[in-house]
This record gives sequence, C-alpha cells and structure tokens, in this order.
Amino acid sequence: MTASFMILALLTVAGMAAAMGLRNAVHCVLALTVGFAGVAALYLQLGAQFVGLTQIMVYVGAVAILAVFAIMMTHSPEPVKQPAFSSQWFVGGIVAASVFAVLAWAIHSNAAFTQGLPPQPEVTVHQIGDALMHHFVLQLEIMGLLLTAALIGAVVIAMGHEEEMK
Amino acid sequence: MTHLAQLAQELDQIFVLAAHWLLSYLPAALQPLCSAILSVAAIIIVFATLFALTTWLERKGLGRMQNRYGPNRVGPFGMLQPIADGVKSLTKEDIVPITADHAVHFLAPVLLVTASFMDYAVLPIGRNMVLVNLNAGVLFFFAIGSMMELAVFMAGWSSRSKYTLLGAMRAIAQMISYEVPLVLASIVVIMQAGSLSTVSIVNMQATYSGIWPHWFVFTPWGFAGFVLFMVAATAESNRSPFDLPEGESEIIAGYYTEYSGFKFALFFLGEYIGMFATSGMAITLFLGGWSAPFSFLTWVPSYVWFFAKLLAIISVFIWIRGTLPRLRMDQLMNLAWEFMLPMTLLNLLTAGIWHFMPAGSSRWLVCSTMVVVPCILLSRGLKHRKKFQVRTYHYSE
Amino acid sequence: MSSLQDYLLLSSLLFSIGLAGVLIRRNAILVLIGIELMLNAANLNFIAFWRFGPNPSALTGIMFALFSISVAAAEAAVGLAIILAAYRHSKTTDLDRMNSLKG
Repeated sequence: MTASFMILALLTVAGMAAAMGLRNAVHCVLALTVGFAGVAALYLQLGAQFVGLTQIMVYVGAVAILAVFAIMMTHSPEPVKQPAFSSQWFVGGIVAASVFAVLAWAIHSNAAFTQGLPPQPEVTVHQIGDALMHHFVLQLEIMGLLLTAALIGAVVIAMGHEEEMK
Repeated sequence: MTHLAQLAQELDQIFVLAAHWLLSYLPAALQPLCSAILSVAAIIIVFATLFALTTWLERKGLGRMQNRYGPNRVGPFGMLQPIADGVKSLTKEDIVPITADHAVHFLAPVLLVTASFMDYAVLPIGRNMVLVNLNAGVLFFFAIGSMMELAVFMAGWSSRSKYTLLGAMRAIAQMISYEVPLVLASIVVIMQAGSLSTVSIVNMQATYSGIWPHWFVFTPWGFAGFVLFMVAATAESNRSPFDLPEGESEIIAGYYTEYSGFKFALFFLGEYIGMFATSGMAITLFLGGWSAPFSFLTWVPSYVWFFAKLLAIISVFIWIRGTLPRLRMDQLMNLAWEFMLPMTLLNLLTAGIWHFMPAGSSRWLVCSTMVVVPCILLSRGLKHRKKFQVRTYHYSE
Repeated sequence: MSSLQDYLLLSSLLFSIGLAGVLIRRNAILVLIGIELMLNAANLNFIAFWRFGPNPSALTGIMFALFSISVAAAEAAVGLAIILAAYRHSKTTDLDRMNSLKG
C-alpha cells in the first residue's frame, strides 16, 4: 500500500462519509465533490487519465451542480427540526455494515487479488477514440440515444403542466 | 546569418535554458520537484502581474471610452494604481456576515483562485514552455473550468444574502448554458488536429505555406468556431455584456457581495485569471498558440507572440465592455440555446465536410456558405420572434 | 505497493457508505446521491480490474467506466427531475413523509 494511495483513499472515504452523514444538505453535496475528486485522483493514479478527467467534468461539474440546484429548488438547504436520518436508521446501518463485512471477507480470503501492480499500460486518447469508433460503436450509439431520451425526459418531467406554472 | 538564427533560437528558449541552469545546481533527486515548483511560481508571478496590468489598462481604456481620465494620481499615468489597490485591499477589514457559513465562505475564493490557476497547467505559452503535456489536455482544461461553478455557488450560498444567492444562481445558469457551445466550438479543432493535447494542436498550426501560417482561424469553420468560442468565453468569464451575475445596478456585486478586503480581491483575481486562461485556450486552439503570424517573423521569441495575442484579446474584451449594454436574462438564455447551440452543431458538420472535400476553392465556397447563410437566416428568424429585437430606451425617445 | 485487494476493499467501503446513505437518509436528493456513490464504487472496480487484469490494452474496463459515467449522469438528471416533480406534488422531499398511499 503506497502513501499516495492511502492519502487518496482516506480523502475519498472521508468525503463520501461526510456526504452521507452531515445534517445540512448543501454541506453534504460539497463533501461529496471532495469524494468524487478523490475517486478521480485514484483513476489518474491507476493510469486512466481520460476516465479521471471525465469523472471530474461529469460529477463535479454537472451532477454536483444539479444536486445543489435541486436542493435550492426544494427549499431543503437549512437543517430542519426533525432528524436527518430515517426512523429505522439502525436497520439500514446494520444492513450496510453486514454488506461491507461480507464483501471484505470475500475479497480478503481470495488470494488472486493480492498480486502487485503490473507495468503501466500506455493508453492514449487516440486509442480510446479508436475503440469507441470501431469496437464499441454500437454501445456508443445506444449511449447517445439514452442520453437524448434522458435529456428530453428530464425536461418534460421537471417542466410541469402549464396551469401549475401560473 | 546562422549566428543570428542561433541567437534567435537561444532567445526563444531563454527561460527553458535558465530553468535548466538553475536546476543543475540541485541534487538529481530534488530536480523534478523543484522544476515543478519553479514553473508554477513563474506562471503565478507572470499572470498576477498581467492581472495588475490589465486592471490598469481596463480602467484607463474604459475611462477614455466614457470621456474621462481614469486613474491618474498614483505614478506616471496612474500606472501604480494596481499596487495602491492591492495595499488597500490587504489593509481593509475582512468582514464576514454573522449568519454566514464560515468554512464554506472562506473556502470559496480559495477554490476559485486555485481552479483558475490550474488551467494554466496545459497552456503552452511558448515553444517547450508548457507545465505538463497531458494527452487529454483540452479535456483537463474544461474539467477544471467546471470546478469554478462550484466555487461561485459556494460563495453565493454561504453568504446567506438574497443578492449573493441570486447572483450565484444567475452565474451558474449562465456558465452551464454557455459551457455547451464553448466545448462544442472547440471540438472542431480537436476533430481537425486529431488530438486533445494542446502542444500537438499548436505544433500543427505552427507550419507555413508561403508566408501564411496554418492557423485554424483562417478556415470557414475555424473562424466561425473562434467567434462562437469567444462569445461563449465572454459569458463564461462573466464579462459585459453577459455580466448579469454581478450586474452592479441590479444585484450589487452578485455572488461576492458579502466579501470584503483581501477575499474580494481574490475573487477579482480569480475572475481575471479565468478570463486570461479562456483567452489563452482560444489562442491555443484557433490563433496558433505561440506561433508567429508570418513566416518571416519566426525569429521573434515564441512567448512574445503568445502574450501579444493575449493582450490583443484582452483589449477586445475591454472594448466590448465599453460598448455593449447588458443583456436581459431571457435574452441571454435564448442566445445560448437558440443561436449558439445550433450554430456550433452546424459548425461541426461544416468541419467534417471540409475534411472530406478535396482542397481548393470549391470547399472554401461550400463551407463558407454553410456557415454564413444559416447564421444570417437564424439571426433574422430570431429577430422576428421579438426576442432579439433592437432595444429601445424610453428616456432616449 | 498497492495491490488489487486494496482497491477492492476501498470500493466495497464506498459501496457500503452509499448503501447506508440510501437506507437511512430522509432527504430524497441525498438518497439519489447515495446511488451515485454506489455507481462510483462500481466504476472504481472496473478501472482497478482493467489495470490489474491480464489484457489492459483491450480497454474494456475503461470503456465500461465511461459508459457507466454517462448512464450515471443521465440517471442523476432524470432522478432529480422526478424529485422536483414529486416536490411540486407533495411539497416535501422527506421520504418518511411521502406516504400518501399508506392507509
């Protein structure tokens, strides 16, 4: 375990845990961006430069901003009197903790996962573009269709009806 | 003659050579770290100085356009005014509203300035003068640029004031809307260059046929892309006529109303540094980066050309600020989604057709028509819909 | 030297944090964000398996992560739109109070 991995992992986990634990919803989203940036840094550390930068652009630049916009539009930035957590929070906590325990046990007991880091593969943007346009072109087209559908769908759902807007 | 050429080459590389010379005194283990620190320090000092120069230039230029003198008390022609401003903002009391969210309120200007300086990591400001030659440099630039929206939101929300919140919402809506045409306008260059690396994009443009360089702006799609990119860049950096987020006559100073003293200066700095970075990207993508405008001028050091182009773009920004009135919010949004977006998409198609047509005057004719005719038709059509009509003012009638 | 195990443990921890958030938060927007966290954990696994796998030049992990990020973005947009629509209907984003179907 290298020092850089430790620092990034701690940062990511701290950001994500704060995002799920803080009372104020806007603080949660701001902590979340730290977590997203930490994950992006882990991608960069693993040599996936393009994916890391895409992660920053999509998650920090778009998803986080969308989330704060939604929080602003639903008047929930200020901490309200009632608790931030659900009434059955301990059940949820136990479920999450047991899921982690099972996953960690499975990963820990598998010897195949302890191999060291293989030499860094050379991945250029050119190769990614090539793969997208040849091997993965059908998936790319489906993704475009999905994103268009999501765009139109989100606008239609959020727009509401004419009489409601007046 | 060869002696002169060598001298020109050494002058071109003088900063690179100086850095090598300085680093050669250090142990080899420290060299990469110190090299990075040296380059970052150089970037910060140079662009902070340019910021000071620009504030003076802007106030002088605007003063001239508005038939007044501008700063003329500190130093010759008021040139030391930025220093006086800096001292003033450092010694002013730093007021934080009592209801403000203190941590977020403090972090917002720090994030803004850090993000805007990080943009320079991929800008080649001269031959061999780039901090990191990333394989996905342009993507890095836009990824970091999208972090600025978050800083704006943090500033506006944490101040707990209606003006800051309004300003932040306006700023984010504007920056998100104009990021789409900004990215789409730069994609034409990426298509043509076949690379996301800023260094190879500039290298591609630094060749000449006759005395003319192969800058992307000298093609129909490149010119249209450059204009669209600059309009979007003006909106991205919240400059007039797109300065709604900080329109002083409407919402005081927008999202940084509740900042004072040095934090206010940091916002100011961050905004200008961001503007320089976007202009630098426009230069890199369309205006040939550090390359000379004519082949017989290549002996002039490359960084001189970069900064000359940057100053020219800054002057245009100042000129526009002194000329155009502020848009209304709905006009701003309609311009982005109904004019800029269709034009950038059409420009993508034009660039593709240009690439596959044989070189010659026919492709010039086809591609120019493809850009100019829809532009005229679209602006005519939108004008008839009463949304972009020429504005009249009641007091002037 | 970090091994594949470290990355997998980290991603399973992130997944559990996201799951806990989904199960215990009352605010619908934060529940959606918890789902994004779980998707991120899965993406980290894709990239880790790509990097440590036998054939990194095939780029399969990278492609899967890219597509997954795009799907996550679409999901966030549609999800937040649905939350806005629900808010307009019931004037709350509190999941414990969105129970009008309950008898």
